[in-house]
Order: sequence, then structure tokens, then C-alpha cells
Amino acid sequence: MNELIDYVIVSVVLVAIGIYGLVVKRNAVRMLFALEIIANAANLNLIAFSRNLSNAQGQVFALFSIAIAAAEVAVGLGIIIIAYRLYKEIDVEEFKSMRG
Amino acid sequence: MADPVFIGIAALTVGSAIISLESRELIYGAIALAISMLGIAGFFILLDSPFVAMFQITVYVGAVAVLVIFTVMLVRTQALFSKREDKGRKSAGFVLMLILMAGMGSLIIVSGINSKTFGSPQAPAVDFTAIGKQMLTYYSPALILLALTLAGAVIGALALARREEIEQTNERTD
Repeated sequence: MNELIDYVIVSVVLVAIGIYGLVVKRNAVRMLFALEIIANAANLNLIAFSRNLSNAQGQVFALFSIAIAAAEVAVGLGIIIIAYRLYKEIDVEEFKSMRG
Repeated sequence: MADPVFIGIAALTVGSAIISLESRELIYGAIALAISMLGIAGFFILLDSPFVAMFQITVYVGAVAVLVIFTVMLVRTQALFSKREDKGRKSAGFVLMLILMAGMGSLIIVSGINSKTFGSPQAPAVDFTAIGKQMLTYYSPALILLALTLAGAVIGALALARREEIEQTNERTD
């Protein structure tokens, strides 16, 4: 039988991979991939704790979180398309006018 | 101890997450991300929540993966090959990843969470009628807000992606 801690460890590994991607990658689409990986690690935690506590609220939260992540991807890809049209590049270092 | 199915799904999920970030071509990365999301759905099935697993497959493997692949196809091919990253930044990111993994992992192991302090894996699985009841009673304001957010996101994405000059030329030819 799988213990709770196994799922939590897998989700820690996924979060670390996602943060590595956010720090190292400079391609906007790949940074979006890293965000998705982090969001999914959070969902995995929610479901694992919900199963162990036998509580429906964790699953409701996970459903909401998945729906919000879908909206976030739609808007993020729309922004990437706009930035590509302006700069002909999807490398975030080329997006010069957004620099502070 | 974890069973072989769990270890297999964990290897699939983590491995394809790494491939999605490190693959040379973005389109393979998008496919690897979809496989990773499928692995997460497999975890949800192992955790006796088939409803959330179906939702995950529909939204991530169905919608998000297709959206990402379309975006990758819309973008010019030369932009897709990732340039060589800064060597220093890459190794710094790798060290940060290892520190995070070791730090958070050891914190969690030391904290002693196990299935005894948080219920037990043998507890009765959540029935999905309970999810429906919760969503339509206690969480109904959140559900309405979620619907508004999704509508706003779709309208926002459409407004971002439309091209005014093309529409104007189309109107002139009509």
C-alpha cells in the first residue's frame, strides 16, 4: 500500500524540477511548461491528503485548481502569441520593452 | 513500501517532466508535458479519485496539450530551437534544484507525516456524489466565480489574439 509520504516526495521532486525550469529556461513556452508542472505537483498533494483524510474538500479544491490552470494557460499562450508578433521571438530576454 | 505500479508512474511522471524542459525541440517538449500530466492522472486513479483523474485527462491532456501544440505550430521554426543556455545559470539552477529537493524532502521526512497522523490509506474513498454536493452547496459562490473567471479568460485571450489591421482589410474587401 502506498503511504502518504511517497506522494508528497514525488510532488517535492516535481516542484524542484519546475523551479529549475523557471530559473534556467528563457523560452516563454518552456517557462509555461514549468509553471504547469508546479501546479500539478500542488494538485497531487491536495488529492493525496484528501484520500488519507477521506475528505471531499481536497478533491473540490483540486478541480477548481485544474480549471484555473486551464484559464491561465489560455491567457499565457495568448500573451506569447502577441509577444511573438511584436518581437518575432519567444525568448523572454528579447522582450525589451517589458524590462523595468 | 510503495508498490511497483506507483514506482512506474512516478518514473514516468518525473522523467517526462524533465524531458519536457530539456528536449531540443519544443514540440517534443509539449508531448512530454502531456505524458507527464497523464502520469499525474494515474496517481489520481491510484488515490481512488477517478472523477478528478478524468477531469485532469480532459483538461490537460485534451485541451492544454492541444493548445500548446497549436501555439508551437504558429510560432516560426527557428525560434523553437532553444539557444544554448548560459552555462553558469544552468549549473546554478541545477544546484538550486538539488538544494530545494534535499531541503524540502528532508524537512518532510523529519516532520514525520505519515498515514497515521493524517488518516489512513485504508479510510473509505471519497464518493464523487459528495464532490457534487459540496460544489453545489458550500462552494457554489466559488463555482460561479470560477465560471466568470473562465469566461473572462476566454474573452481576454480572444481579444489579445485578434488582429485589427487584418479585420479592417477584410471589411474593406467585403
